Amino acid sequence: MFTRITRRGVLSAAAVASASALVLTGCGGGDDALSSGGDNQKVVVGSADFTESQTIAAIYAEALNDAGIEAETQPAIGAREAYVGAVQDGSVSVVPDYSGNLLQYFDEVTAPLTEDEVMEFLPPNLPEGVGVLDPSSAENKDAMVVTRATADEYGLTSIEDLAAVCSEMTLGAPPEFQERSYGLPGLQANYGCVPANFSPINDAGGPLTVQALLDNTVQVADIFTTTPAIKQNDLVVLEDPENNFLPQHVLPLYHEDDLSQDARDVLNKVSATLTTDDLIALNERVSGDEKASPEQAAKDWVADHNLS
Amino acid sequence: MAGEVVNVLEQTWQWFADPASWEGAGGIWSRLLEHLGYSGLVLLIAAVIALPLGILVGHTRAGGNVVVGVAGALRSLPTLGLLTLFALWIGLGLTAPVMALVLLAIAPLLTGAYAGISTVDPVVVDAARAQGLTEWQILTRVELPVAVPVIFGGIRNATLQVVATVTIMAYIDLGGLGRFLIDGLAVRDYSRMVAAMILAAILALLLDAVLAAAQKLLSSPGLSKED
Repeated sequence: MFTRITRRGVLSAAAVASASALVLTGCGGGDDALSSGGDNQKVVVGSADFTESQTIAAIYAEALNDAGIEAETQPAIGAREAYVGAVQDGSVSVVPDYSGNLLQYFDEVTAPLTEDEVMEFLPPNLPEGVGVLDPSSAENKDAMVVTRATADEYGLTSIEDLAAVCSEMTLGAPPEFQERSYGLPGLQANYGCVPANFSPINDAGGPLTVQALLDNTVQVADIFTTTPAIKQNDLVVLEDPENNFLPQHVLPLYHEDDLSQDARDVLNKVSATLTTDDLIALNERVSGDEKASPEQAAKDWVADHNLS
Repeated sequence: MAGEVVNVLEQTWQWFADPASWEGAGGIWSRLLEHLGYSGLVLLIAAVIALPLGILVGHTRAGGNVVVGVAGALRSLPTLGLLTLFALWIGLGLTAPVMALVLLAIAPLLTGAYAGISTVDPVVVDAARAQGLTEWQILTRVELPVAVPVIFGGIRNATLQVVATVTIMAYIDLGGLGRFLIDGLAVRDYSRMVAAMILAAILALLLDAVLAAAQKLLSSPGLSKED
């Protein structure tokens, strides 16, 4: 009897092993994106390996196609190292990025910067042959977020207001927040805010962080501004007048030889139209219960907005 | 590349050599103690659940299929996923990760206890029964002493897995050696991560040595002479 049981155990273990092997191979396919493309006729819109970037890339491609400029997407190329390289070598014509992090990638930013300063420093720091177009008002950056109840109780609208009551609060954020210049050191230097406790939660402002905020385990949390949970739970994003958090406006990073003036005009039109609320709504459609594809969400957004 | 590795190892060494790394609330000593505490708590709860169940099933030989199936299924559960799921249900704190880790530890303990008892030679058990021993006496005087090495195998296996996996507690706002691992990764400080891995490995080996000694003490001398 015992041997029979054991064999069955081995079989189910093998099934699990092969299933996880499938998942693993599924994750590794991203690098091939770099080898193809490079067709000069077609605009290739790349994206980083997270959903919001893929949705914005799909919007770029949809808007270009809508304007009669042939475009295709090359989704989920990888992290910034990978897609900046792809734009540099021309295998990708354009990719959506975020102004502050892009500047940070090429040049260490230490002092707080305004959006205008970021846009002033960005072009001269870009490698040759690569440029950026107009930034959109849509922004996805780290922000100090509190519940509506906390905001009402203490009358909070900005991090300046928070400073007065910081010492009574537990702050929840990813572990790096303890050490990064925009994290606890920045809050102290720019606002004199030193929280009573720091609660490291390693899900990048995801569901666990939101949960901790809602059940009052933490009173203030570091959450990205385009997280749908902010809207869903009526959370309050505190303003950052001292620019402790680097501005992160969405903008196209492009290979200068691969994008015609017409195409640039189209993408500038997209940037002029796209808002942070749009990004929240798009993220909710793609990552929420609806599970819409980035392409479908992009198609609907372009159809709903007059870009011509 | 090789130079980078050497560099990380050198920084790890410097980190160990710095007395400041060892002291205070976030120092190595307190993290080690937290790590031991979490591991002990998880193993205790898992043992209270899994050992009696495994022994009972092994003795009666009823439901062995279910035990092996359940233990196999538990092994395949990703502990970090469970931690996140439980933390979303019941909030941050100790309960969620302890539940996730108990499920991890149950599998080796349960199969160890079940396999240890159920593989005792039926001839020996029948002989004991023929001598007039009660079922309780058979279990405590015949089956358990014979099964000690296999049951301890399960306990040592569970201990190794738990000591290694308690590091994920630092995924949320808890301590333990995982704090060095996860905080180090967050700021790309690989030397701290290497240090955490070395400490967790040493801790696991030490605990295993202690358990091996306990196993030797508890094993009937007759078992080793026979081999």
